[in-house]
Amino acid sequence: MRSKKIFFLLVILGLIAPFLFPAFKLQMSIMWILVVLALTWDVQGGQMGYNTFGNIVFFGLGMYLCAATQIGLFFPLGEWTAAGGEKTFVHNSEQYFQGLFLGLIVAAIVPVFVAVFIGYGILGLRGHYFAICTLGLGIAAGEFAGGIEIIGAGQGMTSPPWPKGIGNTELRGEFFYYICFVLMICSFLFLRWAYSTRFGLVLNAIRDNEDKAEAMGINTMKFKISGWMVSAFFVGIAGGLMGNMIGYIEPVETAFPGRTFGVFMVLMAILGGKGTLIGPIIGAIAFHLFKEGFWTFFLGWQYVALGALIVIVVVFFPEGIMGYLREKFPERFGEVVDEKNRKSQVELS
Amino acid sequence: MNILEVKDVSKSFGGVKANQSISLNVEEGKIVGLIGPNGSGKTTLFNSICGTHPINSGSIKFYQKEVSTLPIPLVARLGLLRTFQQTHIYGKLNCIQNMIISAKSESTGLFSVFSKIPTTLNDKAEALLEFVGLYQKRLLRAGDLSFGQQKLLELAMALMNEPKMLLLDEPTAGINPTLINGIIDRLIRVNKDYGITLLIIEHNMRVIMSLAEEIFCLAHGELIAKGTPEQIKNNKNVIDAYLGTQ
Amino acid sequence: MDLLIFQNPILIVQASLDGILLGILFALIAYGMALQWGVMNIINIAQGELVILGGYIAYFLYISGVHPAFGIIVSPVIMYFLGVGMYKAVIYRVVDRDMFISILATFGISILAQQLMNSVFGSDVVVAQSNFGTTFLFNYMVTLPNAKIFSACISLIFAVILVGYMRYSKLGRAIRATAQNARAAKILGVDTDKVYAATFGINAAICGVAGALIAITFTLHPYVGLPYTVRSFMIVIVAGLGNLPGVALSGMGLGVFEEFSDYLFGTEFRIASVFLLLVLILVFRRFKLSRKREYLK
Repeated sequence: MRSKKIFFLLVILGLIAPFLFPAFKLQMSIMWILVVLALTWDVQGGQMGYNTFGNIVFFGLGMYLCAATQIGLFFPLGEWTAAGGEKTFVHNSEQYFQGLFLGLIVAAIVPVFVAVFIGYGILGLRGHYFAICTLGLGIAAGEFAGGIEIIGAGQGMTSPPWPKGIGNTELRGEFFYYICFVLMICSFLFLRWAYSTRFGLVLNAIRDNEDKAEAMGINTMKFKISGWMVSAFFVGIAGGLMGNMIGYIEPVETAFPGRTFGVFMVLMAILGGKGTLIGPIIGAIAFHLFKEGFWTFFLGWQYVALGALIVIVVVFFPEGIMGYLREKFPERFGEVVDEKNRKSQVELS
Repeated sequence: MNILEVKDVSKSFGGVKANQSISLNVEEGKIVGLIGPNGSGKTTLFNSICGTHPINSGSIKFYQKEVSTLPIPLVARLGLLRTFQQTHIYGKLNCIQNMIISAKSESTGLFSVFSKIPTTLNDKAEALLEFVGLYQKRLLRAGDLSFGQQKLLELAMALMNEPKMLLLDEPTAGINPTLINGIIDRLIRVNKDYGITLLIIEHNMRVIMSLAEEIFCLAHGELIAKGTPEQIKNNKNVIDAYLGTQ
Repeated sequence: MDLLIFQNPILIVQASLDGILLGILFALIAYGMALQWGVMNIINIAQGELVILGGYIAYFLYISGVHPAFGIIVSPVIMYFLGVGMYKAVIYRVVDRDMFISILATFGISILAQQLMNSVFGSDVVVAQSNFGTTFLFNYMVTLPNAKIFSACISLIFAVILVGYMRYSKLGRAIRATAQNARAAKILGVDTDKVYAATFGINAAICGVAGALIAITFTLHPYVGLPYTVRSFMIVIVAGLGNLPGVALSGMGLGVFEEFSDYLFGTEFRIASVFLLLVLILVFRRFKLSRKREYLK
């Protein structure tokens, strides 16, 4: 009951945040996006033990597809990217919101199909082969996108700007903030429910001993693909939103940023405590605050600091914040075992 | 009727002929033993039967259905389970969760992935844990149990799945000798009360002689003897295999 | 797809020769990757960055007025000590743990190294000019920069020296013993920590030589390390650990594949095709093994 109260308090806080910190609307929106990325990474990496570098593929797919839909519904896409986009073609407000709505739907659905299509092959790999294969996928996707003319090739493309006449940048900031916040809440609630079903236990079983799970008759591939579909859905939408917020979609740096968001996903979940529901959320928020605070401090050396942080977390703190708390305060996590029971001998009369 | 029919099964790993033309039948409802010195191919035979690896030649029928070409999950779903020499349990989950996930899944189809876990499973899990003596440890992480306790958990997990036949790979190895009588008693009850056919690999002669109704003996990849415990005890080939010919 | 290469058969010869010469270099880097994978059970994502760093050492010689070919001696020496240093700072902590920890940790190191090199050497694409001239074959139809031939020869010579060292020297034997069974080696008196440090140092030295050769043959840029890592990983999984001729052949095969892909799909897709080939190889392997009910371990 106490956790429900805390949850509602945090939701209220989240709802009024854009008015408490109006200057940081975009930053907070990105923070919610990061939470979604961390939560969905954890489905594969933490709960299932399949460390993936490939979820970024869904991100970039969602980004490009959303923008392409938004534009393509009303204007010829190829001309948009060639002619400098919004200078030639202008969305009116009806077109903008229609396009955004449909674009986000496409950004949600298509990555899910991609997950199903490639899942059977890719999810058949295990351990480090899976990790490196998905790393290859992520990078290849970015390089490929950089060669496709209609979406701007290496130069990238712009996403439709906020229509004139509907409020100012403040309203735009609030609009996107709330969509990102709602996405984050939805993904959290969905995963909280999903982990309470058979899905959660099977994923954990696959993590702990996949061979045993198969030997007990579980159709592991079905669950692996389902998990990837879930991640694809939320990450795709996140990508679509990000593309709109940033305004400019560049294939390797923005859409398929293996070196930034691709790595952040992993780091945030591990930092917060992988395999827990709250862990990735805490990790994402902590990481974002750290990054925003120190990025300017480390200007020119940000990635050196990021690389060092990865090494430190992975080597010295792999259990993450939640893992650390769990060890220190096991009672609070319902993991108390009566010492008498723990030490008792097994008796078979 | 024969629940399991192994006919002329051969399996080689590179140049090593682990199983050579092994044929044996297990009658439904019986407890059957599989013995033989180390390296005779017993575990390989188990692996072949359960589908862990494909066989080079021969046929394996479970309830008259060919299973040697099936992948492991399908064989398991037909009701043929096995336990392992080195315990295979889900280390980070607690014992109850290990049990719950071992239960057969009732629902099939697209959305069964997110099916709710029936609360009745909890009671059944606790009952089975009680049966193997692990009730007090039910909330402990499986990985924190001792080797012997993990073996008992593995047995309970297999029972949770309600198999028709259970292949047990050295069920008493690593178990405190004082508990072995309890294990023997449990296995007999599993067979009589739950109606599960048992095929047991054992090195402990006392255990297997008191449990099994029929025993097969392997040596260097071949089946060298079969019969009742009395016949096996006095079989010259078996004695030679274990002690080495003079 | 541009079928120019099939319309002019002489281009097939050009691409194949280019590919083979390039592939020998890849095979060298792959040998280093296989060495640390086999001995220390780690996958070094920063392998490409070590190569580029080795290249920058040769480039530094070049801009200092020394002929960059001397890089093949200077670079491995410096890189060896850098490798040992890296081991003692970070790598020794990830050797005994899950392989994914090594992947993540070396990934962090690679990100770190990329920006460090960017700050120190700038983000321009550079070459260390060797002025070795060009060889012309087939009546001037096929051009081979002598730098490429030089690279291939040095790679081969270096590889032969290395293999010989591994086979006959005391350290080499210690390394191979540790690779087979670290616990047994330790019990028998081998200082496994020193072995690991030396192995990592040797790998760094290999990358140093390869990098120096790349500096004079191709181009250097702080952010082109990852493709070299992926290439060496691919060669190792195709050839298998401990299969030296396989590594050489796979390396050459990969080189030829890349050159052909250049002609067929254009240079802008070259990196993409390398990564995509990795995915295809792994997925192909996965399906082939699943028929035997196994999986890649």
